[in-house]
Amino acid sequence: MDITKLTALELGKLIKSGKITSMDAVRAQFEKIEERDETYNCYITLTKDQALQRAEAVQRQIEAGELDESPLAGVPMAVKDNICTKGVLTSCASRILDGFEPPYDAHVMEKLDQAGAVMLGKLNMDEFAMGSTTETSYYGPTRNPWNTDRVPGGSSGGAAAAVAARETWYALGSDTGGSIRQPSSFCGVTGIKPTYGRVSRYGLIAYASSLDQIGPIARNVSDCAAILDLICGYDRRDSTSVACPEEKFTDALVDDVKGLRIGIPNSYLGEGLDPQVKAAVTEAARKLEKKGASVEYFDMGMVDYAIPAYYVIASAEASSNLSRFDGVKYGYRTPVFEDLQQLYKKTRDEGFGMEVKRRMMIGAFVLSSGYYDAYYIKALKVKALIKKGFDQAFEKYDLILGPTAPTTALRIGENLSDPLKMYLGDIYTVSVNLAGLPGISLPCGLDSEGMPIGVQMIGQTFSEKTLIRAAYSLEKEISQMEPAFLAGQEGGERA
Amino acid sequence: MIVTDETIEYVAALAKLDLTDEEKARAKVDLGNILDYVEKMNELDTEGVEPMSHVFPYNNVFRDDVVTNGADPDSILKNAPQVKDGGFAVPPTFD
Repeated sequence: MDITKLTALELGKLIKSGKITSMDAVRAQFEKIEERDETYNCYITLTKDQALQRAEAVQRQIEAGELDESPLAGVPMAVKDNICTKGVLTSCASRILDGFEPPYDAHVMEKLDQAGAVMLGKLNMDEFAMGSTTETSYYGPTRNPWNTDRVPGGSSGGAAAAVAARETWYALGSDTGGSIRQPSSFCGVTGIKPTYGRVSRYGLIAYASSLDQIGPIARNVSDCAAILDLICGYDRRDSTSVACPEEKFTDALVDDVKGLRIGIPNSYLGEGLDPQVKAAVTEAARKLEKKGASVEYFDMGMVDYAIPAYYVIASAEASSNLSRFDGVKYGYRTPVFEDLQQLYKKTRDEGFGMEVKRRMMIGAFVLSSGYYDAYYIKALKVKALIKKGFDQAFEKYDLILGPTAPTTALRIGENLSDPLKMYLGDIYTVSVNLAGLPGISLPCGLDSEGMPIGVQMIGQTFSEKTLIRAAYSLEKEISQMEPAFLAGQEGGERA
Repeated sequence: MIVTDETIEYVAALAKLDLTDEEKARAKVDLGNILDYVEKMNELDTEGVEPMSHVFPYNNVFRDDVVTNGADPDSILKNAPQVKDGGFAVPPTFD
């Protein structure tokens, strides 16, 4: 049996039953990584020795019965490279964080440690999570396991591709404007962006603090729910962490959508949407309708204004957040400089890539005196209107359904030269971050070229359980899909 | 929005970037296009709308003024590009 093809929960059960050990899983996974990652480039850093040591320690805990409550104990996983991991390079895929080994763990890493997680390594991403293709990484682009001429999406492209290529059982990503959901859609895997404040951002290197949120990317809805059970919860070190009653998300893994009210915004199916994506997404809605949900198409305005507001707000926050990278405290420092100002400027010009510089400059501009009201305050007002639009929709519907992205995975290089074109690919995802809502993307079909299509569901704040129930019910109606290179291998479940 | 050379110099200075001429030329085009695009927001009437910085009504979180993080200069300085006498080394900041 090829255990790398199991889901995280299945592997967790097998480890608990004593049939295999966590060390077996780590070794089996590294065999695949060593065979495949040269092609896909999902990982920036591999931590094989630490993983084996850690697996031994966790295995002892499991055998001592200390991790009986943790269904994912001993299951190897991987982490996007903007989440701080103590003593392990955390680069944000940027030259400017060259060699940075955080002296502390992010809150999510502490939580996963307690639950017996075993980290395999750190995953590739767009530099500082700014991008939708994972092409802006200082460590080179990640390739889509479904077709290596295509991008995996971004910015959590390494995470989604690693899950799809069976190079990890699950991954943690981060989502500021779609960075978990869009790569999940492009790579045929499942990802959840939780409600803002649900997961602590302590130790997540900030891009746009009011929008950033950590979440799971995994093989299916059940795995994602199990990971959410582990990483959610209040943390006083994140001042925007919300102290909400603890919930068990895996309790929502119920195949029943009777009476669920689903709304589809007409504007999510309009101009710019690939007809094959549209067909697959509306078919997914029909499947839920057949199972007893009500589906209604409705008008929701504001869709065209979400991207402008998002880029103003995100760039403004980025220009402020990224001012800490100055060549003094950590990371890259330019070798030749005359004075302090030149040290800053040369270090930053050499350390950051073009997309990051572009956004810092836009941010500096929209926050500068004379433009602040016209751009930044205007964007915050648009954000308020977007939130209001969602609130009105959630008076009538339990969740909103639509595509995750307007197309399937693009070809490598296709959008890199035209930032505006790349930004437009985020049209269905950014408003969810602006409104602080939870969203999920799961696979719902393949296009004529064999590339996966994702369907997105969006819920009111703190309604993850509704999303999980609906997604789990939909998943039951959709045949399992995996990249062609895995088909026909031992243990493959090609539907 | 016409982005002038002066605007690029200004935002590059604000962002503390020492751009090459090539980067400046490209930034001029890109910033112009992006700002033109975001001006789409002006189509919306936002008169009387309260700007929303956060979705939830967050308040400042206060704690007692006590040191909670242990002093661990070695692990902090380990990441510094240049260290001098147990501190971060920087060029002279004034004459």
